[in-house]
Amino acid sequence: MAETRYSQDHEWIRVEGDVGTVGITQYAQEQLGDVVFVEVPQAGRTVAKGEACAVVESVKAASDIYAPASGEVIEGNAGLADAPGDVNAEPTGKGWFFKLKLSDKAELGGLMDENAYDEFVKSLG
Amino acid sequence: MRYLPLTEADRREMLAVIGAKSVDELFKDVPASARLGAKVAGLPDHQGELEVERAFQAYAAKNVSPSTAPFFIGAGAYRHHVPSTVDYMIQRGEFLTSYTPYQPEITQGTLQYLFEFQTQVTLLTGMEVANASMYDGSTGTTEAVLMANRLTRRHKALISGGLHPQYRSIIETTAKWEGFKAQISKPDAEGLEDLIAAVDKETSCVVVQNPSFFGHVRDFTKLAEACHAAGALLIVVVTEVVSLGLLKPPGEMGADIVVCEGQSIGNGLGFGGPYVGLFATKEKYMRQMPGRLCGETVDADGKRGFVLTLSTREQHIRREKATSNICTNAGLCALAFTVHLTLLGEAGFTRLAELNHAKASQLADKLAAVPGVKVLNDSFFNEFTVKLPKPAAPVVEALAAKRILGGLPVSRLIPGDASVENLLLVAATETATEAGMDPFVAALKEVL
Amino acid sequence: MANSQDRSQGRAGGIASSEAPAINTFTGNRALQIEEPLIFEMGQAGRCGVDLPEPPKVKDRLNGMRRKGDIGLPGLSEPQVVQHYTRLSQKNYAIDMGVYPLGSCTMKHNPRINEKVARLPGIGDLHPLQPVSTVQGALELIDRLAHWLKTLTGMPAVAMSPAAGAHGEMCGMMAIAAALDAKGERAQRKVVLAPESAHGTNPATAAALGFVVKPIPANDRGRVDLAALKAALGPDVAAIMLTNPNTCGLFESEIVEISKAVHTAGAYFYCDGANFNAIVGRVRPGDLGIDCMHINLHKTFSTPHGGGGPGAGPVVLSAALAPYAPYPWIVKNGDKWSVAEDGAKVDGVPLGRLKAFHGQMGMFTRALAYIMSHGADGLKQVAEDAVLNANYVMAALKDVMSPAFEGPCMHEALFDDSFLKDTGVSTLDFAKAMIDEGYHPMTMYFPLVVHGAMLIEPTESVAKEDLDQFIGALRSLTERAKTGTAAEAFKAAPLYSPRRRLDETLAARKPVLRWKPSNNPPGSDPMKQAAE
Repeated sequence: MAETRYSQDHEWIRVEGDVGTVGITQYAQEQLGDVVFVEVPQAGRTVAKGEACAVVESVKAASDIYAPASGEVIEGNAGLADAPGDVNAEPTGKGWFFKLKLSDKAELGGLMDENAYDEFVKSLG
Repeated sequence: MRYLPLTEADRREMLAVIGAKSVDELFKDVPASARLGAKVAGLPDHQGELEVERAFQAYAAKNVSPSTAPFFIGAGAYRHHVPSTVDYMIQRGEFLTSYTPYQPEITQGTLQYLFEFQTQVTLLTGMEVANASMYDGSTGTTEAVLMANRLTRRHKALISGGLHPQYRSIIETTAKWEGFKAQISKPDAEGLEDLIAAVDKETSCVVVQNPSFFGHVRDFTKLAEACHAAGALLIVVVTEVVSLGLLKPPGEMGADIVVCEGQSIGNGLGFGGPYVGLFATKEKYMRQMPGRLCGETVDADGKRGFVLTLSTREQHIRREKATSNICTNAGLCALAFTVHLTLLGEAGFTRLAELNHAKASQLADKLAAVPGVKVLNDSFFNEFTVKLPKPAAPVVEALAAKRILGGLPVSRLIPGDASVENLLLVAATETATEAGMDPFVAALKEVL
Repeated sequence: MANSQDRSQGRAGGIASSEAPAINTFTGNRALQIEEPLIFEMGQAGRCGVDLPEPPKVKDRLNGMRRKGDIGLPGLSEPQVVQHYTRLSQKNYAIDMGVYPLGSCTMKHNPRINEKVARLPGIGDLHPLQPVSTVQGALELIDRLAHWLKTLTGMPAVAMSPAAGAHGEMCGMMAIAAALDAKGERAQRKVVLAPESAHGTNPATAAALGFVVKPIPANDRGRVDLAALKAALGPDVAAIMLTNPNTCGLFESEIVEISKAVHTAGAYFYCDGANFNAIVGRVRPGDLGIDCMHINLHKTFSTPHGGGGPGAGPVVLSAALAPYAPYPWIVKNGDKWSVAEDGAKVDGVPLGRLKAFHGQMGMFTRALAYIMSHGADGLKQVAEDAVLNANYVMAALKDVMSPAFEGPCMHEALFDDSFLKDTGVSTLDFAKAMIDEGYHPMTMYFPLVVHGAMLIEPTESVAKEDLDQFIGALRSLTERAKTGTAAEAFKAAPLYSPRRRLDETLAARKPVLRWKPSNNPPGSDPMKQAAE
């Protein structure tokens, strides 16, 4: 059973076994506007929780994406190179960024569940 | 004061609207200790146009204009004829007094010429993409090294001894303060340098110049292959862009980044600036390019138009993560370049290059016949190095005393190196005439 | 306020109906607005815009490196070239056409005498590496401008070679790094403090030099929070980078305390001089305790903006930083000028070299012509009129727009977008609607610290009656926006410009950065190419 957790930087991570799939939330894509470019990490790169490892760009803004947990990147979403708009259309589906082999699942405890994240977004006004 | 439209009556009325008694009140946030009551002391008051023009004529009279003397200096800045149309066009107020095209709806003129400029640069260099210009070739070369460092995540640049010494010096300065290694090769006056063996797994890039500072024309295809095998990039610098009318373009040699000084086309010598840097690379490296980029799109009515694009690379958005701190480019000099190149077209540009090569060949033959003088180059475009029987610097001064501007003593740019002390760098463009070459050769015989 | 320009004097006129229907013209042109193809779509082999003689026959010495195949440049005759660029020019807004209130850019009048003297034979045609004996007047000219810049800023030295403002920042920050190096403190002092309202070039420059940029908070008056700054200053701080007047158009009233605190902490004070126009001739930055400041000659000293450059960014330096000024140094010995180039002995330890040759001479000439035209008396008036014009705009709009901070402002008036709240009109829409009124929009969304920022810098070059019309136009737009029913119309603006809003998302998603024959296949109309 997959479980999805959320960070305060508006990333989501969906965990299946010891693999986490990472993307940005509906709220984040709305804030960014039309996404024009996404740079995803290459497979094999080891990232630490909180490390900047991807970049998402709209016409007027560029934002770093931070790893919500530590691990080794096993796949970056190559499809985004030709279709960055997927991040707007399906931020939690086709618009995923990368997959991580998690090195410490305990780190997920520090992230929010869906209800907590919804409350967090509401608190931002 | 002719530039200031406000009258005393205007100022009084405006102050009343603002609700201030005097303009001093508007400066109340300036600490009293720093507020000047009167104008800055020790400087003259305003002058009319006539007086200003006279002052500049007086400065000009203390110089020797190249138009009044036989002239053979190059070394990264070349004297060419610029058609009258170019100067007329860049002085149109709509170009001259417009700014960076932040509002594309009302700056399509600037944007379209930048798009045309970018295309021209890719054609000349044989590369896939080009930006909307850099300050000049010298600063652009350092930006290319920084770009290669970012792309390869390596921090060692190999610098050819054929690179313009001041370009090299800027790379060294940047390396020192920004923290990377610039490995400098010794001056390559003979054009025999081979850097292939020096390329290793730490090398981010190799920087070569073609034709080299000393004038040699080289093929860097094998060097490009060696760079790519080691995961490094090849940067080819061209300081005389007219040479691309005749020579195999760097893109065809496998260059990854090409930087040119574009001054020769459309831009006068101007005592060293402003010039215009051309910067081109492969499409896959586009997002690591510094500087402004113009791209094609459509407007709300579906009509083709142009915008500045990929600006997320730039400082005003990326701030401390930008590809470069550059803000302004060389817009007006890029316009001069593109207008001149459009006038030349394929036929004119290649003819201009042929003419340059022919004039330089004529001069080389004449100088080679002077006793004690040796032309070092087997190959060159419009500039070459001659070895004199004695130090070149006093020779050039002696020629100047005869109102002949006879080349550059290499020691001026590479001081303290005995191997270059007797070397004279000589250029001849389409502006050179037999009537100028012969007095130069005769005077050289006299002063040697 | 003059909101209408009806000059018919009541004459009706009967020649044509004023209610003619819109038509699609055959050419796509609209009278003076001519649709213009790219040069690559116009060229013909066999045409050329220059006449060059047949080259003399010589032995080829190209080392077998002759280009094979065509370059692909189009061929056009001279009249076609003149028409092409003239038509393009007519699609641009420019200072020469009217109010260009682009905040932070100082779009002042560009006098033509500047252009004339920059082109004089003996100035415009000099080679930078001519023997120094043949360029004595040129070196004297540079030194004369240096003298003015030093005197106007009250600083003892100036580095003339930086090519533009950002390049000047690099020069100044390198000088600070060099001074720290000389004191053995470079490794320890890694932090550069900069306000969040800073120009993007500031953090970009500091980061390139390996400094860590830390923000300094602002107080509710839009100035640096002195207490917070003092708290941030420590033995790890290398420098502060501060624009003054700041990017909110306000003078940093506690600047003397700031510079004292910075120096007490052993750090240096970099002042971004982009806004020098507000104080030139009235305040000498040297009296405020700064260590270095770049001067954008294209802002304060009227060298042309040229569609985005060329600029020139000389940097004035305090006595502490002067020894590190980069090569070249222009030196006077007796009555002779010389240039100290790389490796030459000078009275200091130059940080290196930043640019080939001697700097942007063409800009030096223009700036000096402007400075001499104004003189010390005129430059003081420049600052006063620039500040007066901005405060007038602020005063005349403050009841309908929302000033970001209490006045008085300096040379630019900053508004936020709270006056547009609930209208459905954004700062962007408001700015685009200004285009239809015949104005270049103000700077938008900068500084970042103000929501929906609108930064208006009229400069001293605008006459009161032109300012009144501009104010009238903005008041009228404000009224329309506040009706609450005009959002659609604002979003459609501009309607009358050569192009309507352009699709920047399309441009960035699928970058087309050059023309290729395949961009516009035969039979397609390049002027009306539909989006995908």
